[in-house]
Amino acid sequence: MSGNNTFSLKVEELSHRALNAKLREAVANGIQRIELREVYGQRYIGTDLNKPVQIEIYGTPGNDMGAFMNGPSIVVHGNVQDGSGNTMDDGVIVVHGHAGDITGLAARGGKIFIKEDVGYRVGIHMKEYGEKKPLLVIGGTAQDFLGEYMAGGTLVLLGLNLKENEGHKARFIGTGMHGGVIYLRGNVEDFQLGKEVGVVEPDDNDYTVLQSAVGEFASYFDYDAEELLKGKFLKLFPLSSRPYGRLYTH
Amino acid sequence: MKTYIPNKFIVDRDPERCIQCQVCVNQCSFDANYYDAEDDEVKSREENCVGCHRCVVFCPTQALTIRKNPLDYRENFNWRPEVIEDILKQAESGAMILTGMGNDKGYRVYWDHLVLNASQVTNPSIDPLREPMELTTYLGSKPDKVELDSNNLKLKTKLAPQVKLDIPVIFAAMSYGAVSINVHESLARAATEAGTLWNTGEGGLHSKLYKYGANTIVQVASGRFGVHQNYLDAGSIVEIKIGQGAKPGIGGHLPGEKVSSEVSLTRMIPQGTDALSPAPQHDIYSIEDLAQLVYSLKEATNYEKPISVKIAAVHNSAAIASGMVRAGADIIVLDGFRGGTGATPKIIRDNVGIPIELALASVDSRLRAEGIRNRASIVVSGGIRNSGDVAKAIALGADAVYIGTAALVALGCTLCQQCHTGKCAWGICTNNLTLTKRINPDIGSRRLANLLRGWSLELKDILGGMGLNALESLRGNRLSLRGIGLTDTELKILGVKMAGD
Ligand code: SF4
Ligand code: SF4
Repeated sequence: MSGNNTFSLKVEELSHRALNAKLREAVANGIQRIELREVYGQRYIGTDLNKPVQIEIYGTPGNDMGAFMNGPSIVVHGNVQDGSGNTMDDGVIVVHGHAGDITGLAARGGKIFIKEDVGYRVGIHMKEYGEKKPLLVIGGTAQDFLGEYMAGGTLVLLGLNLKENEGHKARFIGTGMHGGVIYLRGNVEDFQLGKEVGVVEPDDNDYTVLQSAVGEFASYFDYDAEELLKGKFLKLFPLSSRPYGRLYTH
Repeated sequence: MKTYIPNKFIVDRDPERCIQCQVCVNQCSFDANYYDAEDDEVKSREENCVGCHRCVVFCPTQALTIRKNPLDYRENFNWRPEVIEDILKQAESGAMILTGMGNDKGYRVYWDHLVLNASQVTNPSIDPLREPMELTTYLGSKPDKVELDSNNLKLKTKLAPQVKLDIPVIFAAMSYGAVSINVHESLARAATEAGTLWNTGEGGLHSKLYKYGANTIVQVASGRFGVHQNYLDAGSIVEIKIGQGAKPGIGGHLPGEKVSSEVSLTRMIPQGTDALSPAPQHDIYSIEDLAQLVYSLKEATNYEKPISVKIAAVHNSAAIASGMVRAGADIIVLDGFRGGTGATPKIIRDNVGIPIELALASVDSRLRAEGIRNRASIVVSGGIRNSGDVAKAIALGADAVYIGTAALVALGCTLCQQCHTGKCAWGICTNNLTLTKRINPDIGSRRLANLLRGWSLELKDILGGMGLNALESLRGNRLSLRGIGLTDTELKILGVKMAGD
């Protein structure tokens, strides 16, 4: 332990259950900053804390980091595995590395910033209601099924690590999308997009959204936001809020 | 295109009895009755009638009779009227046929081929009117063994979280959106009164029902609608829904017209958009992934609540159930192919899945054989109609049963199978505000609580007749069952002897 309001811990071989019990206790005791070192794949970090605590993680947290998370801000100095921000409600996740599959699955609020690439099925079924709109910004590129079944929120894919003239490789982007928006920097071919999405150039309103999303991303990872925004962006949007209306008769 | 689909029903209005009051016009939400101003007469558009019998019950002079249109085509067992009608619908729409409720086909109902035992001479039966009878059931994982402190006889073993039921009958998952808020309130209040549970289904929990949390199972399904910390904290059990008997392997599409402003608030999606639940949960592609979500929810609820996992009963249920228990599920729910739904493709409903009786027997046998039956409670659903079915399910190995259709029938449902249209004339499976008023939660909860009271009295009589005074003694007691009219293979799977043996 160090500092008044900081709880710091070498996690090493602790089980996720023991670790999370310690975190719950620390937060109940009014701790506002948590520093976890030597994290070796412990799952569910940030779940059930329900306070806007700051969590710094050194090492590699396990699956479902920030699942059902409500409030905390997590900064990971390293990579994260699958399911970060799964069904997340509120809070911030910043990853100085890459993230695995289903990052941001069914997120309903909060913000996620991934510096590098993400895996498959990222941002599936993100949703929004009124003021609650999740934001997911990915610095690198993504694998297939990005934003599948997306029902709301904002997903930004920057493709910063793509070479000149190299396009994104993900297929089935936005399949079944019926809400929300995806901004994509860099090239994609039509066949990579789900049948349910439309493509347009972003307008001024979109750039207002992008400025704030990309600005925040740039501030975490020391990029020049202006430079990033100069790239060519596409806006993917759902063609219908009821993509499967004509499938059925009674 | 002119439709070739004939009327399914004939609306007979007895002119001697009809007083032209127009009650049937107002009651019919399918536009099958109307007032013809020119002729000053109430008439019917029979092609719209779905046979829900709402008008029959409300006609003050019993002037109405709804009859099936006999459709006397040339007789053919293969090409029955239903088969012809389905082909016509598809020829005219090019679409999948959507329907409501559960599998209505004539597959064998095994409950009707099982009979219970009673005491005669060699052991006395018990009179439940004179002696205490225990139906209490605890849902949750049970330890492999228990240790007592020899000094004070207190339990030394730390028990996993348990939820107590006064009657082993729970209201099955029916989402707000599929059914109305008044139905949810009726279920919640009846469950609270009867000391049992109700299940939110996958559409979230309306804020005014949080106060019934102690009697609530909150569901987490692939759409993750309305799932957040307060919701998880509200219930006493969290249930992961993998599948349901009416549509194994299929996701859910709550049509935009049912997503009213209140539904959208509870599900946390915009009004009028389709609420799409993907077919799989995209964080579960294996038993290991299931374990991950189970523990994710245990962490999210600080290990204070049992986590339940619900699947549709399918061919390999026994092996799957074993994996579910090993994945850390405290309760496993099996939903047989007769389980109802607010909307399902008809072809799936009628052709996919297996009867709950067989699934239950094989799962219970398998978990016993593996020595892990104690680690999870088993709850079954899908066609439980009365307390006899409940007793037989318990004897086959269930800890408790879910009832969905039976609960809706208590509220007025006549199984017209129009749930997916959002026009339910009984005000159950709709969010049309004029129709939802037809369920008054004061009366609805009374009807449901009455039903449970009746079943509870009957269960006690059944137990007493067998000389048992606690439901626990019937649980998994397959010797109390005998089969009638079953093959050797069926008897073997059910683990029961032939009647007379
Ligand atoms: S209320 Fe029901 S039974 Fe009566 S006419 Fe309308 S659809 Fe037919
Ligand atoms: S809930 Fe309503 S629409 Fe569905 S079967 Fe029952 S009466 Fe018909």
